[in-house]
Amino acid sequence: MPDETLAPLATLAPASTDLSAPHLDGLLAGELRLQQCTQCDTYQYPGESFCYHCPSTDLAWEAAEGNGTVYSFIIVHQRYHPAFGDRLPYNVAIVELDEGPRMIANVLDLGDNAVEIGMRVRPRIEQLDDETAALFFEPA
Amino acid sequence: MKQLRQRYCIVGVGNTPYGKNPGVSQLAHNVLAIRGAIEDAGLTTDQIDGVLTKAPTSTFPMLWAPRVAEALRIVPKVVGTLDQAGASNIGLIQYAVSAIELGQADYVAIAYGDNPATGTRSSYASPRGDSVVAGLFGAPSSYAMVARRHMHEYGTTPEQLGNVAIAHRYHASMNSNAHFQEPITQEDYEHSRWVAEPFHLLDCCPVSDGGAAYIIASEERAKELGKPLVYIEGIGQGHPSWDFYRRPDLPTSGAKVSGEMAFKAAGLGPKDIDFCEIYDCFTIVPLITLEDYGFVNKGEGGSFYEDQRTHVGGELPINTSGGLLSETGMPGTQLVVEAVRQLRGEGGQRQVKDAEVGLVSQQGGIMTTHATMVLTKGA
Repeated sequence: MPDETLAPLATLAPASTDLSAPHLDGLLAGELRLQQCTQCDTYQYPGESFCYHCPSTDLAWEAAEGNGTVYSFIIVHQRYHPAFGDRLPYNVAIVELDEGPRMIANVLDLGDNAVEIGMRVRPRIEQLDDETAALFFEPA
Repeated sequence: MKQLRQRYCIVGVGNTPYGKNPGVSQLAHNVLAIRGAIEDAGLTTDQIDGVLTKAPTSTFPMLWAPRVAEALRIVPKVVGTLDQAGASNIGLIQYAVSAIELGQADYVAIAYGDNPATGTRSSYASPRGDSVVAGLFGAPSSYAMVARRHMHEYGTTPEQLGNVAIAHRYHASMNSNAHFQEPITQEDYEHSRWVAEPFHLLDCCPVSDGGAAYIIASEERAKELGKPLVYIEGIGQGHPSWDFYRRPDLPTSGAKVSGEMAFKAAGLGPKDIDFCEIYDCFTIVPLITLEDYGFVNKGEGGSFYEDQRTHVGGELPINTSGGLLSETGMPGTQLVVEAVRQLRGEGGQRQVKDAEVGLVSQQGGIMTTHATMVLTKGA
């Protein structure tokens, strides 16, 4: 069931390309998929046709656990885009995944807690409409 | 490393009004600033044989410097546009010096001009992507991430960020061309609306129209002209380059590498500097820059602005014309112009007493690039 307050984000989601489709299709299937180098085992995101860490061009898309730690965050008050109109103010966090890559996403369902640096979070994938899903996090 | 000392000069500076200039195009801001710099130097347009530009921010036109040259009716030997964002303002000087050293040009004009306040802002819109879905729009949000991490690691406080905004505005109150001239207090700072916590509105530079330009020449040419000599003593570059959120150490800038390079080239150090003009798109940036240059230990930048230490008349005046935060939000060319005026003694009410050595810090992106320049007053 798409979350109604998040639904307007669907138009902002990245376009599906040869490089992004495995990640975006993964989100629709409820999975966080990251690229992993078959030579040096390093995870990377976003997708590329080469490994950033070693000379390899042999990469595979793998389902990741996607747990991580908040590295920094902000609370946005300014209305930059109508898609966020009902959610102001909202947080944006840099989350360092245990797999390595850092992601930029909102931390949802904080309850009475405030987001803070060092907070452990786990991925939460939300469907925005029938064809689009996006990555969020929630306290672990 | 080769010494630059006492061989190249900034011989002319010019600028347009800052703020909102309706009807003045991107092109006109460049042309008018360069014409001002040519007149200031005592040159004529036909003597300019190099035209270098920083790419405008609001749109990104192809072959920009040739268009500026054409508008000035100059057919240059040396032409080009550099894309280091704000660091270009010094990077371009390095490339002008290189062209003069090689005998390819005598007088190189360098300019930036843009009209994002009254013209289009197409580059500022980012329609799709992961960060957009997360609601991360614009530079204030990304720099706020930097500030939050700096506060977390080093205990930097909101009041310390406010001190930066207040000090730079104090200098702008003595600058009749500044976009914002009304002095502000710590209370004004705290009550200005949130943009993206930890940033209030007064942590952020405005969006301003404006143009600024300078002319580079050899010492021999400079001595033929009438203005007091301002020497380029040292230039350094150092570019963290990676997208900000993937950088391992977010609260450290390229100032460390570029500063060491510039100080070494000049044979000078932080203790020799009489005043600084530091790229201050957001309040956190000068604090980080001062740390990375070694004016204070890493993490202690927050206390640097206390007790009016950075005011004109204080221990180390910083951003004597108001900086990006108050003079004009345009990305940095104006800081070089102000440094030259200070070293010539043209600062008027805001003149730094006995200003002989000035430091200019320029950076771009989200602390993605960095360049440093040390200037001295001729004997």
